[in-house]
Amino acid sequence: MAPAIRMHRAVVLLGRFPALAGADLLVEAGEVVHLSGPNGAGKSTLLRACAGLVPVVEGEAEILGHDLRRHPRAARRRVGLLGHATFLYDDLTVEDNVLFALRAAGAGTAAVEAALVRLGLSGRLRGVAAGRLSAGQRRRVALAVLEARRPELWLLDEPHAGIDAAGRDLVDELVLEAAAAGATVVIASHELERAAALTPRMLVVSGGSVTPAASPGTLANTAAAGA
Amino acid sequence: MLRDALLVGAKDLRVEVRSRVALNQVAPFAVLVLVLFAFALDPDRGLLASAAPGLYWIAVTFSALLAIQRSFAVEAADGARDGLRLSGLDPAGIFLGKAAAIAGQLLVLEVLLGVGVVVLYGTELRGGTVLALTCLAATAGLAAAGTLAGVLAAGLRVRETLLPLLLVPVAAPVVLAATKAWEAALDGQSDQGWPWLRLLGAFAAVYVAFGVVAFGPLLEEA
Repeated sequence: MAPAIRMHRAVVLLGRFPALAGADLLVEAGEVVHLSGPNGAGKSTLLRACAGLVPVVEGEAEILGHDLRRHPRAARRRVGLLGHATFLYDDLTVEDNVLFALRAAGAGTAAVEAALVRLGLSGRLRGVAAGRLSAGQRRRVALAVLEARRPELWLLDEPHAGIDAAGRDLVDELVLEAAAAGATVVIASHELERAAALTPRMLVVSGGSVTPAASPGTLANTAAAGA
Repeated sequence: MLRDALLVGAKDLRVEVRSRVALNQVAPFAVLVLVLFAFALDPDRGLLASAAPGLYWIAVTFSALLAIQRSFAVEAADGARDGLRLSGLDPAGIFLGKAAAIAGQLLVLEVLLGVGVVVLYGTELRGGTVLALTCLAATAGLAAAGTLAGVLAAGLRVRETLLPLLLVPVAAPVVLAATKAWEAALDGQSDQGWPWLRLLGAFAAVYVAFGVVAFGPLLEEA
């Protein structure tokens, strides 16, 4: 089976500056991986590059066996990204947003009802325009899309941010369930304890490269340096 | 591709129905443009009547700018454009869907403005076939060219001011040909409108074909 993510000397530019400068990353299918690192280190850019949203301009990059530089669309169909943006249309209702995202991805809509209930978006909320939701509720809608769609590779950028305590536990449940079902999950997060409970494999993004974390203490120091 | 076009077109129209921006802002703006022309040329009713086709198509072009800007502003909010890219939708389908939704809104506006020129300018509508076909062909061309200009400007901070600069020069042949076709029809000489209608059809075909090919790379660069 092809690795979920394979990057070799990958370079990603933000403007003229390299956000990733020759990064190496190997994530096997079915793994859960935690990315840490100071603010501005390139965690979000790495996730967006894995989703094919920012180009890898040098080096090699494969997602689920698809060459990202040559066939980004083929990779995108199999990837789900929860980024800082939630990709919602403010004037559409919660339900319409979820249905559109699933249909656009060519996924079935049978799981919509269960996903909305699971993320606490059933009842009155399903008919509310996304523009009237709180930030936390918007992230729940984005998570409902992932839960209903069940992509093979989940890329989660600060998935706990802005979500209440019950919602944060739910995020962890979804991650563990996705992994149990065989999906690969990459989480960029500053919540070290939560991440440690989800996976033993932790990587540090810093200085444009990706390295294994020596220990949770290293991570804490790195995070503190970026705070 | 057609499935994706239907999906995107239906989504864009649903957004417009829910937000009512086209109804509450674009349509009143279009009528205001007609009214302003009427004020400016009112002392000479003959001039107003003879200039009606040109004024009508200028009003349509201004309204198209607003509709196109709105169509891409919706995609700019909360990363929705990235959501479209991530979805794996066929870029040609996205282009056709967005252009079709813009065209649908413009056709409704054109009916409204048609009533406006009759009421405000005293224009007597003749040559219905040429008038209607001109609307269809010119709308297809404006929507296709506008969707391309919209995605070209979409990723830039100056997109609001750049869009008219990109679109108006490209739309000039449409305004000219549509005006000539309408003038011929309104003068009761519809046969003289057909060459202009063919030009409009060719323009629309070229821009639809170009958009199907070019929209994907432009969306990636936006």
